[in-house]
Amino acid sequence: MGTPRVPTGLPTDLPAGTGPAWAGPAPGGVGESTLRPDGTLKVTGEFAYASDLWHEDMLWGHTLRSPHAHARIRSVDVSGALATPGVRAVLTHADLPAATRYGLEIEDTPVLADGVVRYHGEPVALVAADHPETARRAAAKIEVAYEPLPVVTGEASALAPGAPVLHPGRTDAHARHVPHPNVVHRQPVRRGDVAAARARADVIVTGDYEVGMQDQAFLGPESGLAVPAEDGGVDLYVATQWLHADLRQIAPVLGLPEDKVRMTLSGVGGAFGGREDLSMQAHACLLALRTGRPVKMVYNRFESFFGHVHRHPARLHYEHGATEDGRLTHVACRIVLDGGAYASSSPAVVGNAASLSAGPYVVDAVDAEALALYTNNPPCGAMRGFGAVQACFAYEAQMDRLAAALGLDPVEFRQRNAMSEGAVMPTGQVVDSPAPVAELLRRVKAMPLPPERQWESAGGAADVRALPGGLSNTTHGEGVVRGVGYAVGIKNVGFSEGFDDYSTARVRLEVVGGRPVATVHTAMAEVGQGGVTVHAQIARTELGVEQVTLRPADTRVGSAGSTSASRQTYVTGGAVRHACEAVRERVLELGRARFGTYHPAWATAELLLEGGKVTTDGGEVLADLAEVLGSDAVDLELVWRHRPTEPFDLVTGQGDGHVQYSFAAHRAVVEVDTELGLVKVVELACAQDVGKALNPLSVAGQIHGGTTQGLGLAVMEEIVVDPVTAKVRNPSFTDYLIPTILDTPTLPVDILELADTHAPYGLRGVGEAPTLSSTPAVVAAIRAATGLPLARVPVRPEHLTGT
Amino acid sequence: MRVNCTVNGRPREADDVWEGESLLYVLRERLGLPGSKNACEQGECGSCTVRLDGELVCACLVAAGQAEGREVVTVEGLAELAAQRAPDAGAAGDQGRDGAQTAGLSPVQRAFVDAGAVQCGFCTPGLLVAADDLLARVPDPSDADIREALSGNLCRCTGYEKILDAVRLAAARAGETV
Repeated sequence: MGTPRVPTGLPTDLPAGTGPAWAGPAPGGVGESTLRPDGTLKVTGEFAYASDLWHEDMLWGHTLRSPHAHARIRSVDVSGALATPGVRAVLTHADLPAATRYGLEIEDTPVLADGVVRYHGEPVALVAADHPETARRAAAKIEVAYEPLPVVTGEASALAPGAPVLHPGRTDAHARHVPHPNVVHRQPVRRGDVAAARARADVIVTGDYEVGMQDQAFLGPESGLAVPAEDGGVDLYVATQWLHADLRQIAPVLGLPEDKVRMTLSGVGGAFGGREDLSMQAHACLLALRTGRPVKMVYNRFESFFGHVHRHPARLHYEHGATEDGRLTHVACRIVLDGGAYASSSPAVVGNAASLSAGPYVVDAVDAEALALYTNNPPCGAMRGFGAVQACFAYEAQMDRLAAALGLDPVEFRQRNAMSEGAVMPTGQVVDSPAPVAELLRRVKAMPLPPERQWESAGGAADVRALPGGLSNTTHGEGVVRGVGYAVGIKNVGFSEGFDDYSTARVRLEVVGGRPVATVHTAMAEVGQGGVTVHAQIARTELGVEQVTLRPADTRVGSAGSTSASRQTYVTGGAVRHACEAVRERVLELGRARFGTYHPAWATAELLLEGGKVTTDGGEVLADLAEVLGSDAVDLELVWRHRPTEPFDLVTGQGDGHVQYSFAAHRAVVEVDTELGLVKVVELACAQDVGKALNPLSVAGQIHGGTTQGLGLAVMEEIVVDPVTAKVRNPSFTDYLIPTILDTPTLPVDILELADTHAPYGLRGVGEAPTLSSTPAVVAAIRAATGLPLARVPVRPEHLTGT
Repeated sequence: MRVNCTVNGRPREADDVWEGESLLYVLRERLGLPGSKNACEQGECGSCTVRLDGELVCACLVAAGQAEGREVVTVEGLAELAAQRAPDAGAAGDQGRDGAQTAGLSPVQRAFVDAGAVQCGFCTPGLLVAADDLLARVPDPSDADIREALSGNLCRCTGYEKILDAVRLAAARAGETV
């Protein structure tokens, strides 16, 4: 010990023996399944995650949280905590030095509760002590006198006459157009004549659906280390999804200019949306500045369930119509999302839910509305799929019911209505790149089915591990029925509705030890997705080098935007490519100046950087990169933007609101023990169009992971909130269950690559689409097995047994 | 109190340990071995899996004092453990897909990197210790064996497909060398 344990950069080199001399495209470039540059550190245990950081003389921070979902704070007495030996500081709202609220879109979230707590688990006070247990025990000695207030728990109580207004005096951009102050944002989308279309329909199906509150359940808990600096600023090492958005929110809370808050990304143990909002960032900095000592904060799993926002639970009402020949006439829907106590990213989730509410189908008449509520339930915001997950569960259930009403095969019915390139969204936006919805369905349907009675081993005995109930040994096949279900979904890629969704990359090319070396520096949050792998691949392809060094992500380089919305390979990948292109141009200028008179091709040919050399597009070598560069380094930091988007009209929802669309389809095979209501997902196959797989191994990993989180929502995962008290009942991995390797089936993946010519390399954002259709496919399969309507996820045993 | 134990083959001593501290806390915060992970600290996720006198345990559920005088192996010691088991297996890395990146790893560590079984990596140390134990007991496990052996280790990123691939790969490579 003695040396602080903080994040370091990643060298990425290719295998010894590949040699410096090769011809053609760079090995380890775009399209190859190169290995993760952080893989070795992660398997040896050396990779420094946020909770692993260490600094000599550091203190431990702890948060005291509200035991009530809605209460007035009458008094706070911290004297007992302060008197505890080993305690260095106790902070409450009264101690805050500057801004007292923050937020991603609306600054409505108190840094520490200011006289009122609005959800169970809201931060009230902070303690710094020399041992984490000392901090916990001291926090327990803080005496807070609460006066409980009536709780708002859903649409009825939020909008009732005389309902408590949770955020009186709102001045945010949505306050003017919402129908009630407890509505964060409301977005209608209207297109065509629904009344006329309804009159044409031969079949109309209506349904009410419900989606429970899902947790991201990233494994690395919220953590970070804040180190006070001599200049009065602070260095913060933290696990986050967007360094610069954190910085924009933290600096005003500390009363510091942004250049005195220097942030560096630590190792991030997963994110899935749950690290978009601040958790311990400002708290650790406040404690560090107060004590003058480094402060580490690490949530445990219990606290993590209170420390980040969740997926919005939703109630959805849908009406679909179709003609006898199986064509959709109209969709009318209303999607009510519970945003909980603070806004987080609810407005953007509303925009997604509304604009994607009809699914990947051609439908000319749409009357949709989505809204998010303020309630005293836990705050909800970003989670993988972001508003599109809830809608997909409902519209896909509707598609199955329509197919049944028409006597059509559910896949055939979907394919008849599937959108394709050139289709018009309900927002009026034209889908101007491939949209192979019917083909994705065809592909999952064409895959071979797992054998019937797959649990039987060769001798005919049952392997309980392959049966519902698994090692609980609840059935040997009695009462087990099989079902197969299909679903397909549509997700937007990138930040929408006119947001300036740019990224920044700094690329340096120089000669080190006789070899050209590229250094890539971005603020992209590597949360496990493999962005660092892809950045090195892009640099190799664009600059023709083998060796790429990745600098740690920090705020010394411009913003990369969020690792969210399936956007980082597109946007920061695009920025890295853009910076590499500019570096290449500068290198070629250097070459022309130095060697241009030696060969006419310097002036006339299309020049490339390949194999550490400058070559013509015909393959002729003009010079070694090392000679061209000499002792010079070319070093450029550039911003890159994708095509701009527009806000949705607040009345009609019309507008080119999205950057790109992404499609995936699933087929689920399940077996259900109908006596006990236990489900075994036997296989969950996915087909997805990824435009171009920059790293096929990583792409498959994204599809597997998203698919499995969708399975979790289908049959396992829900944060249970007491309907009366609004308190969380299951904040642990004992009671909130995520899929284990025994719950997760074989996941065959079929990757389609139809280029989107608007995107770098033709790629399409990958991470979220597989999370959408997984859930409705599994539930469709359970419906097929049991004949039950199942309008709510997660499906629980009592829904299947009726007990 | 003072705790003495052997960690990854070396005698270690931790001073000023509060009696309520777990073995996980002592490893991570007092002995400079943060490889074992703190994902749930209640024995549900397996990310802190270590060997205690050769048995797999969740280090978060072991009181530090219970490790007194015992032998602990963490993810940081897996490569050395593998080398002790098979001293003739040669320099690590020569079987990997990417020798330059995976030199010095145990076979199961190398297989996790090669198979794409690592995403965020937070579950990886615990899975590696559990997978290493499986392969030491069952050199050629079936998929059902692998699933059963790893069912105490949660992963949120991978959907487990590439983890299965990695264990199969490590088993296959071990089979080739005998």
